[in-house]
Amino acid sequence: MLVLDKVVAGYDGKPVVKGVSLEVSRGEKVVIMGPSGSGKSTLLKVAVLLVRPFSGRIFLDGDELTSKHANLRRARAKTGFVFQSYNLFPHMKVIDNIALPLRIVKGFSNEEARQRALAVLRELGLSGFEDKYPLQLSGGQQQRVAIARALAMDPVIMFLDEPTSALDPELKAEVLETLREVAHRGIAMVTVTHELDFAKDIADRVVIMEDGVIVEEGDRSVLTSPKTERARSFLRLIEKEV
Amino acid sequence: MIDFLTSYAGYIAEGVAVTLQITLMSYTLGFALGALLLAGGLSPLSLLTRMYIEPVRGTPLLVQIFIIYFGLPAIGIKLDAFTSAVLALGLNSAAYQAEILRSAVKAIPESQIHAAEVLGFSGAQTYRYVILPLALRSSIPALVNEFVTVLKESSLASVIGIVELTRRGEYVAAYTYRAFEAYLIVALIYFIACYTFSQFSRLLERKLRIPGYTGA
Repeated sequence: MLVLDKVVAGYDGKPVVKGVSLEVSRGEKVVIMGPSGSGKSTLLKVAVLLVRPFSGRIFLDGDELTSKHANLRRARAKTGFVFQSYNLFPHMKVIDNIALPLRIVKGFSNEEARQRALAVLRELGLSGFEDKYPLQLSGGQQQRVAIARALAMDPVIMFLDEPTSALDPELKAEVLETLREVAHRGIAMVTVTHELDFAKDIADRVVIMEDGVIVEEGDRSVLTSPKTERARSFLRLIEKEV
Repeated sequence: MIDFLTSYAGYIAEGVAVTLQITLMSYTLGFALGALLLAGGLSPLSLLTRMYIEPVRGTPLLVQIFIIYFGLPAIGIKLDAFTSAVLALGLNSAAYQAEILRSAVKAIPESQIHAAEVLGFSGAQTYRYVILPLALRSSIPALVNEFVTVLKESSLASVIGIVELTRRGEYVAAYTYRAFEAYLIVALIYFIACYTFSQFSRLLERKLRIPGYTGA
């Protein structure tokens, strides 16, 4: 469904992602891990064209997003993206953060959008927060609202860029819980994370990146018995952190 | 002093009305043009908008008023004094308001724009729902300050014969030979108006404050 073909991308002419090919099929949970600076986050941003690749091609459901005539808005209506720093709109109540995109991008009526937003909040255990402003919530709650906002758009694939990295340990747990619940829904997920236990729980496929390339890729057994030395040393490193 | 106040109160009040009228009209014109210049400044036309903004900010308003009122007739554009004053003040304020809006827009974190982008917002929707609401809020103090500036600068309209507050003060001073009182009263009225509008800015800021949000 999502195909990255020899993608090279970066900033100011300097490649950070140095030729990555990756395929994600419908419903698949892919976890991308790797040391910081390995290009994981950039790879996610390239996948939704927030960062334009220098070269390589990206396809979503057969449409080439990297072509000049690509309908990016249509593609983005099918993808969800959750940022490390949540990026909720601070001037809108929680309910409007979720309902506004439904109205103006998906064409829902006010009432439909509101009902859908309330339903998603309820599903994620966020009922009662709808009239709060984002900055009145804890980081963990904000991130769960951000997940709700992405989920409400009914995406076929969700990208999560270190969704718990900005959070204190006690707040991480509630977000990971929400993500586990989302993982059961059959939406494809591509998650960049350092959370080993979470990766072991949800990953259908694990991708280890280093220095802009994939150094190892496989099912979740990669996490317990990596074949390459680079993956081994990286996993030893994060084991130690936990 | 009391008799002085009562005998000219009505006359001065009419001047206040004219001053407020000029101020409101030029400020509104300035805001509309400022918004257009903002749009231009963020587009490939940015060089053109700089070519407007810089000279306007770099020349005296009084000279600009003279160019419009005394200068334009030479190329066949003859405007009455009131129109000239409003136009000059408005065109001048536009340059300043454009800069206020531009710096507020520039201060919006890129993460907000990215969030809108990945949700599938069009460029126009991102402006309408994310950038402008945040930028306008953060520019309220500067925009109100600019209003106060226009209010004070509207006194320059008196030099092309608009009988607004300052000009009426001049007349009263000339009739009564009591220039000190006349101009003090005129100054006090300007001050009260400016102070009131500044306070209004605080009120507006509080009312539009985003809970938990600090800065743009």
